[in-house]
This record gives sequence, C-alpha cells and structure tokens, in this order.
Amino acid sequence: METWINALPYLLEGLQITLYIFFIAIIIGFLIGLLMALLRLSPFKILNWIAKIFVDAIRGTPFIVQLFFIYFGLNSLEFISMDNTTAGIVTVAINAGAYFSEIIRAGIQSIDKGQTEAARSLGLNSTQNMRHIILPQAFRRMLPTFTNQAIISLKDTSLLSVIGVADLTQEGRIQASATFQAFEIYLLLGIIYFIVIYLLSMLASFVERKFVLR
Amino acid sequence: MTMIRVENLKKSFGDLEVIKDMSTVVEEKEVICVIGPSGSGKSTFLRCLNRLEEITDGHVYIEGVDITDPKNNINKIRQDVGMVFQQFNLFPHKTVMQNIVLAPMKLKGMDKATAEKKANELLDKVGLREKAQAYPGELSGGQKQRVAIARALAMDPKIMLFDEPTSALDPEMVGDVLDVMKELAREGMTMVVVTHEMGFAAEMGDRVLFIDGGYIVEENVPKELFGNPQHERTKAFLSKVL
Repeated sequence: METWINALPYLLEGLQITLYIFFIAIIIGFLIGLLMALLRLSPFKILNWIAKIFVDAIRGTPFIVQLFFIYFGLNSLEFISMDNTTAGIVTVAINAGAYFSEIIRAGIQSIDKGQTEAARSLGLNSTQNMRHIILPQAFRRMLPTFTNQAIISLKDTSLLSVIGVADLTQEGRIQASATFQAFEIYLLLGIIYFIVIYLLSMLASFVERKFVLR
Repeated sequence: MTMIRVENLKKSFGDLEVIKDMSTVVEEKEVICVIGPSGSGKSTFLRCLNRLEEITDGHVYIEGVDITDPKNNINKIRQDVGMVFQQFNLFPHKTVMQNIVLAPMKLKGMDKATAEKKANELLDKVGLREKAQAYPGELSGGQKQRVAIARALAMDPKIMLFDEPTSALDPEMVGDVLDVMKELAREGMTMVVVTHEMGFAAEMGDRVLFIDGGYIVEENVPKELFGNPQHERTKAFLSKVL
C-alpha cells in the first residue's frame, strides 16, 4: 500500500500526459477521419484513391512501425523536427483517423437514400444535405463503434512510452524500476487504465442515450 | 402559362431504357395524374422533372428554364418544385417543426419566428398543429405524409410533385392525405401526381397520362381516358384496375 501511495503522484502526472495526448489526438483523428470519409465518398476518382491508399496503408501496418516511422524516420529528414510527444500525437491521430474514416463512411452510407432525395428536392445543395441531414444522423448511428475506436486509441498511447514520452505507462516503468515493486506498480497501472476507460465508456453510453436515434 | 415542358425525354439506367421518348406540357394550375403499370417508368418520369434522376437525353423546362442545362442552378429551381415521396422521407432526427422550417431558414434566410409562424399555418392546413413538437417516429404513416406535404409547401413551391403519396399507407389513412391534396388542387396548385388512386385521378385530374413501356401511351381528360380509352394497352390496364 505504501508503494502505491508513494508512486501515485508520479503516475497521476503521467496520466495527465496520457489524457492530454489522447484528447488532442482523438480530435485531430476525428477531423482526419471525416475528411478521408468525404474524400472516399466524393465523385472524384482521384480523391477516392487518395483516401483508400491512406486507409489501407495505416490499417495494413502495425502501430509501433508507424510510430517509429514518424518519430525516427521523418525526424531523420533535414526539414522535419518533432519532439516525442508531438510525434506521438501525430501517430495516434493518423492511426485513429484511418479507422474513424471507415466508421464515418459506413455511417454515412447507412443513411437511407430517401433522406438525400428529400433534402435535395427542397433545394439543399450537397454540402447542406451532408451537414444538416446526413451527418447528424450518421454520427448518432456510429457513436458505439466510435467509442470502441477511441478506447483502442487510448490504449495505443501506452506504446508512446517506447519513444520516451512521459505518459502513464512510462511513469509506471520508472516507478517499477525505482522501487523494485514491479507487481504492485503494474497492478496499479492496470487499475488506473481500467478506471479511465470505464469512465470513458460510461460517458459514451450517457451521450448515446441522450442522442438516441428516434 | 406553361409550368413544365417535357421534350423528347429519355432516361436509361445502364443498358435499361426506362423512358424511351416522352413529351408533354403542364400548364399553370393544372392537376396532372400519371397512371400506369408498375415498372412502366412513371416514377422515373416524375423524378426527372426536378432532376432527381439525371436526364439521359431530351429537355425539361420548368417555367421556361431548361433544367438539363448545367449552367442553370438546379438547387434554385428545386426550391420552386416541391416533392412528396411514397416513403415520406421525413428527417427522423428533427421534430415536425424543424423538418418544416429547415429549408425556408437555410435557403431563403427566413428568420425563425416567421418560419415557425408559417409552419404552424401549414400544420393547421394539414390538421396536425398539435404535432409540431413530435418526432416523425411518433407519427402514423398518414400523419407523416401530411407533414411531408407541409414541409414541401413551406418553400412556397409553384409546382408540387407527388410520387405515389398514398401507396405506403394503411387504407384508413389514405383519405386524410387525399383530402389535403384535393384542397391544394382547389387552391390552384400546379400538381403532377403519380398515383394508383383512380378515384382521385378521375375526380381531381385535369388530365390523366397513361404511361407504359417508357412512353406516354395516351393522355386525355379523365372522363375520356377512363370512359373511352383509345389504345389497347390503356384498355387492358384499366380493365385490371377499375
């Protein structure tokens, strides 16, 4: 217990970094996903291809390879210089973005064609139709899948400890080696992740209930 | 005044030629009923009138403006052409009121108070004022269709297109919807109605178009078309449905 009490302040500091990276990455990831989904559904073949190549490249490679490529690979280029936290945010955002784009695309395509026809027949253009009619319905429908991906991304942030980001996992590793109490520390680490993810799921199901599709 | 002019309209889906050659004219305040067997192209014909289907060949003029010309702003033209669908297509995430005020506010820049006042008048007209705050999911089919009519009317269209508006309704709901349509017709709305309700066509139609096999086979005033059909296909169709 004393080990826990001593380690906790450090771990909570790490948790702050983890949550900071997670929230920024998830917002950027969402925007990337939305953009890619719209490119994928656009009538222009070349844009479809750009989105498809992006999504396939991310889905077809391991997260850790993407992280190394962005942090070590891109940083080795003359004109790019990122610290490890930035590289971590970029990797999580891009990775989540690829999965979000597929979720958003499926959500948009699941909306009945009659909705678009009704909107267009009133005189709405395709952008207004997307914004006022299709996306609001699609987002409600995709919320559960969206939550799943967000949770996966949160867990992925623990891999950033490999490039030295002082996140929750990294602080745990430091505490474990400093105290030689690996069992207690890693158990506590697991409990903290579990609580955060549990709260996140609760928040998501609250939002789902509030915006349930009628 | 000519509201709709259709000239040698053709529409294909891939190799399937659904509309082979159709021409007709709809004058202001006319009520045109379109009848014909299923798969004959009558819904496609209607959907070409506001370019919900891309037109393969020929021309459609709405108040003299060629909607097949890409230089003309189709979104602007559609504001004058209301459409009512078989499956209602109300926006399920919006209340009845929000469904109705959306287009006038977004497209005509109407302020909320004015739009809602007008929406309430329209809801009065279709007999659903008390449903303003309900969601579409809480309404019966007949109520949904009347809201859909109110939503289309909120843009003050000059033409209303109806695509089998009563086909998805329980029989006891049909009357309410037809009553609203009759009221509109009496007020002088220009209407094109694809329908299986021969009674409505006979009573309200200024003209009836019989469509079969991608052509307008016969068009006439209802009394003549129903009482004295000229073509064999019209006779065969009417003998089945009357």
